[in-house]
Amino acid sequence: MAILVDSETKLLVQGITGSAGAFHSAQMLDYGTRIVAGVTPGRGGQTFGESVPVFDTVKQAVAETGANASCVFVPPPFAADAILEAIEAELPLVVCITEGIPVMDMLKVRRVLDSQTATRLIGPNCPGVITPEQCKIGIMPGPIHKAGGIGVVSKSGTLTYEAVGQLSALDIGQSTAVGIGGDPINGTDFIDVLRLFQKDPDTDGVIMIGEIGGNAEERAAAWIKEHFTKPIAGFIAGRTAPPGKRMGHAGAIISGGKGTADAKIAALESAGVRVAPTPSDMGSAMQALLNAR
Amino acid sequence: MNIHEYQAKDLFRKYGIPVPKGVAVMSAEGAVEAARRLIELTNNEVLVVKAQIHAGGRGKAGGVKVVKGVESAAAAARELYGKTLVTHQTGPDGKLVQRLLVEQGLDIATEMYLALVVDRESKRVAVMVSTEGGMDIEEVAATTPHKIHTVFIDPAVGLQDFQVRQLMFGMGLPKDAQKSFRKLVHSLAKLFEAEDCSIAEINPLVITKSGNLLALDGKINFDGNADFRHAAAWDELRDVSEEAPTETEAKEAGLSYIQLDGTIGCLVNGAGLAMSTMDVIKHYGGEPANFLDVGGGASQESVTKAFKIILRSPNVTGIFVNIFGGIMKCDIIANGIVAATRELGLKVPLVVRLAGTNVRKGKDILERSELAITAADSMADGAQKIVALAGGQ
Repeated sequence: MAILVDSETKLLVQGITGSAGAFHSAQMLDYGTRIVAGVTPGRGGQTFGESVPVFDTVKQAVAETGANASCVFVPPPFAADAILEAIEAELPLVVCITEGIPVMDMLKVRRVLDSQTATRLIGPNCPGVITPEQCKIGIMPGPIHKAGGIGVVSKSGTLTYEAVGQLSALDIGQSTAVGIGGDPINGTDFIDVLRLFQKDPDTDGVIMIGEIGGNAEERAAAWIKEHFTKPIAGFIAGRTAPPGKRMGHAGAIISGGKGTADAKIAALESAGVRVAPTPSDMGSAMQALLNAR
Repeated sequence: MNIHEYQAKDLFRKYGIPVPKGVAVMSAEGAVEAARRLIELTNNEVLVVKAQIHAGGRGKAGGVKVVKGVESAAAAARELYGKTLVTHQTGPDGKLVQRLLVEQGLDIATEMYLALVVDRESKRVAVMVSTEGGMDIEEVAATTPHKIHTVFIDPAVGLQDFQVRQLMFGMGLPKDAQKSFRKLVHSLAKLFEAEDCSIAEINPLVITKSGNLLALDGKINFDGNADFRHAAAWDELRDVSEEAPTETEAKEAGLSYIQLDGTIGCLVNGAGLAMSTMDVIKHYGGEPANFLDVGGGASQESVTKAFKIILRSPNVTGIFVNIFGGIMKCDIIANGIVAATRELGLKVPLVVRLAGTNVRKGKDILERSELAITAADSMADGAQKIVALAGGQ
């Protein structure tokens, strides 16, 4: 069953004719994702690849194809507008890959998201969502994944690949891997995804990967303590990051003594999360938890 | 992106926020004429000479001088200009003072605090006030949190007047200052949104003995993601001398680089992986020399550039390349590593860990090159190898 996406997902790609959109749409089609439509304003009527129809607006694309998810590859100046267009069309799932959207734009998007219940946004600035062997929405390397029972949720793209690669090497498959992105204002946070994993009968355990900045990990830890009953391993990046410096991700910054890795690790450990000492130990930490059951 | 106090005050002026009369100068000599003009304009001999650097805590570090008359203003300017100021925010190396702000002196009755920041938790812009002007807000939050009053701006409707009333009645603002306070807070909220700020802080916001409300200091940070909306204006405001030159150069090459104090250089793809590569080096007894994310679409050229930047630091005794190929293919990275190693005649040990897309091809390229490259199977393995080869602290 997995969460968020499966073989029934009918994907629409916003920005399908741009260079990133076109490249990754081809990769997603290769993986077996059902891309039913593309949207690029002014390119309506064209065809992408062999048979994907391109539309001028999301509304037209949904009406014609019944798409129920969108992947946004639109460049930063126009990305918020693209997300809002997808929300207006009431697409249940919108995954925004774009990095570099202004915070002021995301505050508005977030306000609109909070005023409705039809759409869930994943990202922005994330690798996307994948349910192995069923549906890949985003830019992650497909072949490292393996279908199975472990959910992965992460702020970092490459650390998600790292966790997935380790799990697959240990012959442990994944139910769904979700990248929630490294921006300070995003659509879906750890708790939202953990709640879905908790309810999903096909998910037996979870790896959660956080990083310095903000307090999403601390809030997740409090929630885990109260509500999460499955085995959960974790990792927090940025123990050695100097305060006041933005470490690549817009949201990865320790400011005013807040958002440190040590505080997050302590919070997760006190909630019963097995925190891996190094990023190379994420898979084995999960394996140990599964064996201990 | 940070700007100087005098630039923040120029923006305040543009949005109708009152600030003291002042002149920014780029030399100690310039301060003489500035002082003369200000005294003429205000009929007051008392002046303040303020060092302009991108860091707070200048007052405590001796970067702000209250003086009387042109002569002592000139002396203060000579003392500050060219001085390296060390504050609690500059780090031990401090910052070189190359710009000064000369301002009129004011008789201050009350000092307060006002700031707008993007609040990640509420996902809104927070407006904070406090009666504890001139103090670090973190310190006030830690010791006397009840003295901070906060409202959150709904992006759909903007800052509302009732919210400003909550702030001013909450902090017990004197009646005479209420009208100008309301105007000022609304102006700052407009500035914040229109100029794509991530922080706009007035500390202290003062009421003078004659009853005027003014921004005595100003700090503005811009959201770098919005530079496409402000390119020309921000280029003008940018003070490149305040930035670490290597970090700026890296940014222009599409690399995200931060210099650290250690000895082991890192070259990684992805921010999370780059951060945790530093962590794992430290875990095995080494000290990372830098954070470096080559990004998702790195080319042979950008990898070479990354090596050059890492090697510029004289402390570097070894390099750890850690790549999990997704979009970025391992063979392309491997070619970049081989080319860079040859071009630069690399003298320090190099450990390379490749995983993901085209990993086999990548490893073959490294092996065939017959260069002294140590291969690693995992991040932990790579970190242990580079610490062993290059030495820990």
